[in-house]
Amino acid sequence: MRFDPQLSAIRFGCGLSAKLDPPASPSATMALLQGPDAAAAAFPIPDFAHVRKAVFAYKEVSVARKQAKTEAEALNLHERMKKMRRAYQIEAMGWARQTLCRRVFAEDGFRERLTFFWADHFTARDTKQRTRNGFLPYVEDSIRPHVIGRFADMLKAVITHPVMLEYLDQAYSIGPNSKVAQRRGRNDGMNENLARELLELHLLGVEGPYTQTDVRQLAELLTGLRFGLKQGFHFQSDFAEPGPVTILGHRYGDETPALSHIIEAMEDLARHPATARHIGRKLAIHFLGDAPDNDLVAELAARFLETDGDLPAVYEVLLNHPASWYPGPGNVKQPVDFIGSALRALDLVPRHVPKKPRDLNQVAFGPLRLMGQAWGKPLGPDGWPEDDSAWITPQRMAARIHWAMRAPFLLRRVLPDPRAFLRVALGDTAPKDLIFAASAAETRPEGIGIILASPQFQRM
Amino acid sequence: MPSSPSFTRRRLLTRSLALGCSLAASPLVTPVTLASAPWDARLVVIILRGGLDGLDVVRPIGAKEFAGLRPELVEGGTDLDGFFALHPALNGLMPLWRAGELGMVHAVSTPYRDKRSHFDGQDILEAGTDSDALGRIRDGWLNRLLQAMPGIESDTAYAVGQGEMLVLKGAAEVANWAPDSMLALSPQARRLLELVMHDDPLFRDAMHEAIDLSQTGLASLTGGGELDSASMMNAMEQSMRPARGAGSASSIARFTAERLRDSSRIAAFSLSGFDTHLKQARQLPKALDQLQEAILTLRTELGDVWQKTAIVAMTEFGRTARLNGTRGTDHGTAGAMIFAGGALRGGRVFGDWPGLEEAQLYQRRDLMPTRDVRAYAGWMMRELFGVNRSLIEQSVFPGVDLGNDPHLVL
Repeated sequence: MRFDPQLSAIRFGCGLSAKLDPPASPSATMALLQGPDAAAAAFPIPDFAHVRKAVFAYKEVSVARKQAKTEAEALNLHERMKKMRRAYQIEAMGWARQTLCRRVFAEDGFRERLTFFWADHFTARDTKQRTRNGFLPYVEDSIRPHVIGRFADMLKAVITHPVMLEYLDQAYSIGPNSKVAQRRGRNDGMNENLARELLELHLLGVEGPYTQTDVRQLAELLTGLRFGLKQGFHFQSDFAEPGPVTILGHRYGDETPALSHIIEAMEDLARHPATARHIGRKLAIHFLGDAPDNDLVAELAARFLETDGDLPAVYEVLLNHPASWYPGPGNVKQPVDFIGSALRALDLVPRHVPKKPRDLNQVAFGPLRLMGQAWGKPLGPDGWPEDDSAWITPQRMAARIHWAMRAPFLLRRVLPDPRAFLRVALGDTAPKDLIFAASAAETRPEGIGIILASPQFQRM
Repeated sequence: MPSSPSFTRRRLLTRSLALGCSLAASPLVTPVTLASAPWDARLVVIILRGGLDGLDVVRPIGAKEFAGLRPELVEGGTDLDGFFALHPALNGLMPLWRAGELGMVHAVSTPYRDKRSHFDGQDILEAGTDSDALGRIRDGWLNRLLQAMPGIESDTAYAVGQGEMLVLKGAAEVANWAPDSMLALSPQARRLLELVMHDDPLFRDAMHEAIDLSQTGLASLTGGGELDSASMMNAMEQSMRPARGAGSASSIARFTAERLRDSSRIAAFSLSGFDTHLKQARQLPKALDQLQEAILTLRTELGDVWQKTAIVAMTEFGRTARLNGTRGTDHGTAGAMIFAGGALRGGRVFGDWPGLEEAQLYQRRDLMPTRDVRAYAGWMMRELFGVNRSLIEQSVFPGVDLGNDPHLVL
């Protein structure tokens, strides 16, 4: 079993397309991935500085309203705040639309899948006010550029990003013996949330060789990572616990807190064998299914260690290993993969993807929620579940079938002949029963719906 | 396929006689209501995700250290028994407390210790095992209970809502539905979908169940008549607007009550938002509001069945005794279990109170667990369903020390 272009587009890309050819070989896949990021250029998303400015501008109006001298002025500012909130919400929906468009129209589907994988690995949510709508800018800043770089660099970008610092409460953690704690006469301000999730989810894995003491020591080391709406991320040594600390037997830092001590610990943890195994296993599960091949996992981990976490080198193992090319249908597509690949097969142009929030919610983001994947809102920092049975439950299946029957018609009105669509969507991989069903449907929407709802299309 | 009433009743009587338990004597047990399960009691398990702060919900205001540990979280509770006070966000449940239909167990925990991870903590809570089972967990304790019970039908137990419910996962068949889903298909589309899904059991079974579960909802929208394809689409579109927050808790509770009034006996769902690291005084009331809404909706919608119902709300761990620097609390150890229902003995805070002095805290930071939360749940199942003790200790909650009966069940 070896590389197959159609299977490659389905399993490692965003699906087959009427317009875009699947990559011809593993090296062609890698060349595309390591070339310019065409999708980001075609469908841009702003960085977090943009979010800071928007939130800051809103806060200024909010402060002005509180200080308003007359009732009329306060009311006026109140209305202005409402308009700002609405406009900002619509703007952020536009960013979500861009990510969807990248999946549908980008030649390089592998990059989109990898970006999603790593954004999920380093799940951060933007529910708090200071980082409102910052999820996609976070991915754009901290994840996407490093998808083709070193793991340690992605890690460093993540733990210094405001959205992560806010999400796992690190931005408010104060060292018990920091200057600030001494000034305030209290020593209760440390928060170990980020430290714990780093060791458990992002690095060593929950089976990893760490203890509660390591969590505590890392939490001490991480104090001082802060951000402000005006200056963005900064290391503030007044809030930091003076060192040294010991993590997994290594000493970091000294009496003078510094960002470089944190970076040093991140570099070491990123190249730990437990991290390599954890990452190798997660990659294999995400792309290939719930019970990954042991030999593949071992090779992924080994390449990760040999190359000091050079991610493209790790992906090459994934694309060349025989276990990656077992015949489909394989792993169940997550809802975002399902909807993205369906739209990709439908031969759309960007103007088909609605811009109005209401319409966009109707065809994409509302259905995603019903399928169990509320956009940017996984339940916890461990991200989305991987096992097939988590996604294919009666109610989520109902949502998938409903969407398959309805959404293509809402998007295009004039739908292709189901028999032709089947060739686009599944290439040569469609089984006999499905070829029959595509021709036997009473209407085009139903024919398309049956193809999209079939196990062959919903798995990869 | 429901069993015949007489068959089920005979089994119930045999079981009850053997145990000398109170079910057979209960005037509430009638053959008519015994549709599909070998018992008549109802159990609702609510998983509170995120780590509910037991010390904030059931506040030990009588402990002299309490105010010092939590200067900002002391005021406003409703007195329960002179020592404990209830969080004000649950005030709507006070009539149940006064009626003896609401109670709590304090200072309980699962066997999970020290790493304080939500995900492992929830896995242990739902698996009902010791922490050494981590990584090997395959099923949940409610499912293992079902596996051992005779006469289980496909709708005896329900996992309700869109979240994962490990507690009900396993070899025994369990129904699964979120009240905000509905599937309507033309006869031809249905036949063709059955054809293309035929060889994929996961897909095929999920679709069939979705079609079945949609029938009641669709019938209620059309008055039982035939649907043409346009009104099918409308029906689905209407049903696919999900409720949120407390509204979603009440729609989940309403669906649960509907099933329990019918032939289901066990249901589980989860509520989230209890991970209050930051500004707890603002965050926690929102999450508690959902819990209150769920319990009150069950109370209203269950009607007479409320008298046979036990609701138990459990969480993966409690939280630190002290406030952290961000006016919240971090992951801790012991917490509180909350229970309600006409079948239970409420109006009391159960548990062995460990105290809040520094040396009485677990690792000098968390409320000390004084009993395994599984012991209370185990006794509840024994009394409600007449399950024998060794089954609970060996299979449902392997390794649990059940100890003495706390008499939670009336």
